[in-house]
Amino acid sequence: MSETAEKVKKIVVEHLGVDEAKVTEDASFIDDLGADSLDTVELVMAFEEAFGVEIPDDAAEKITTVKDAIAYIDGQKG
Amino acid sequence: MFAQSAAPRRVVVTGMGIACPLGLGVERVWKRLVEGESGIAAIQSFDVKDLPAKIAGQVPVGAKAEGKLDLAEWIPVKDQKKMDRFIQLAVVAAVEAVEDSGWMPEDEESRCATGVMIGSGIGGLTTIYESSQLIAQGKHKRVSPFFIPSALINLASGHVSIRYGFKGPNHAVVTACATGVHALGDAARLIAFGDADVMVAGGAEAAVSEIGMAGFCASRALSTGYNDTPAEASRPWDEGRDGFVMGEGAGVVVLEEYEHAKRRGAKIYAEVIGYGMSGDAHHITAPSDTGDGAYRSMRSALKSAGVTPGEVQYVNAHGTSTPLGDDLELGAVERLWGDDGKTLAMSSTKSAIGHLLGAAGAVEGIFSILAIRDGVAPPTLNLEKASKESPIDRVAKVAQERKIDVALSNSFGFGGTNASIVFRAAP
Repeated sequence: MSETAEKVKKIVVEHLGVDEAKVTEDASFIDDLGADSLDTVELVMAFEEAFGVEIPDDAAEKITTVKDAIAYIDGQKG
Repeated sequence: MFAQSAAPRRVVVTGMGIACPLGLGVERVWKRLVEGESGIAAIQSFDVKDLPAKIAGQVPVGAKAEGKLDLAEWIPVKDQKKMDRFIQLAVVAAVEAVEDSGWMPEDEESRCATGVMIGSGIGGLTTIYESSQLIAQGKHKRVSPFFIPSALINLASGHVSIRYGFKGPNHAVVTACATGVHALGDAARLIAFGDADVMVAGGAEAAVSEIGMAGFCASRALSTGYNDTPAEASRPWDEGRDGFVMGEGAGVVVLEEYEHAKRRGAKIYAEVIGYGMSGDAHHITAPSDTGDGAYRSMRSALKSAGVTPGEVQYVNAHGTSTPLGDDLELGAVERLWGDDGKTLAMSSTKSAIGHLLGAAGAVEGIFSILAIRDGVAPPTLNLEKASKESPIDRVAKVAQERKIDVALSNSFGFGGTNASIVFRAAP
């Protein structure tokens, strides 16, 4: 697992209070991990803080799974 | 609407919950209160070096089994950050009250007949403070999406309704330190007038924080002379009193229409028989110098209860331990009770837990109900020498066994708002 993936999963576990095993790369924040729309806003803010990146609203809307988050963050860093 | 209202229905108390500086759990808190213990201590949770008042009553931290608060035992971690502390405390007290009542509606009609009215004097003060700091640092984008719903006062009622699926009236009182009594009284009226059959009602407050303490210090309301002896700081009516002691916590009761409670065989603690309100129209923080607002509030409550002052054996006073307020309230009680004052017991339980602001009236309402149930007037701690002589027994330092059928509880708030509620032994 990449460093980004590990960090993203840790943030998701902390913020959504879910079991680590459930946080697979395909997991959807809303459908699989019990998040609501406010939770996802907060989650994106946590990613911004942790990785020092800016995620504009239109990009944030497209981040619905763990995999989406990892890809977006890696894209920004690369 | 009102023109077609039937006669008011009777309202009883079938569940109670407390989180306060004497701990969690009604029975434990009551036992400690009657035994004369104090919940006031030096503030450890933040730096108080620049504050003139350095003590408060805070909910003790620890395991539920010890009557202390470990939030993880009550609210999922994910949800805790969506609630200011006042909401968290409200939820804790509401869970105890609802479980105690045994009321869990199983059909839609019953859910829609069950409402929530939990108020707060100040609400999410700490959350507002922390979010403001982000703005001051230019971090507008770091403000949490949970900031607003965490700070809003009616979200205590909101969270409790969501947790249990209570779909009846969802409301919140905001009348400073009178909030708790207004919430109980208003909720009882909703039941009496048929808007609901069951109401989860109370008050919650969590203003023991840097900004809360600084604000009340600035208004010169807090005790500052007993920082080294915290348990002696709250001393209602005593000549050495110098201001109130801040407290935090929540009190919640389950109010229920009498026939509804009887039908399901609920345990009934007491009946809410009267409720009165008044306004001082005098000053933003000081009580009116005649005590007339307190007098009219109590008179109105007794009138709605249909009892005379002589039929009331116990008053749980507002009695905050401030130089002005205590004796004005005493004077108002003397005026209303007249000769019957000789047989009355009146105490201030703020002497043990401090002033819980918007939660005070709800917690003290519960103490009044327990005074009836157990025939015990809880003590006024630290009342060594009263600043004003009175025929009224203020239960100095030690609890008294008394036959108590009817009890009245007072709460008065900034803005000149006054409320009194009257309970009678279970019918």
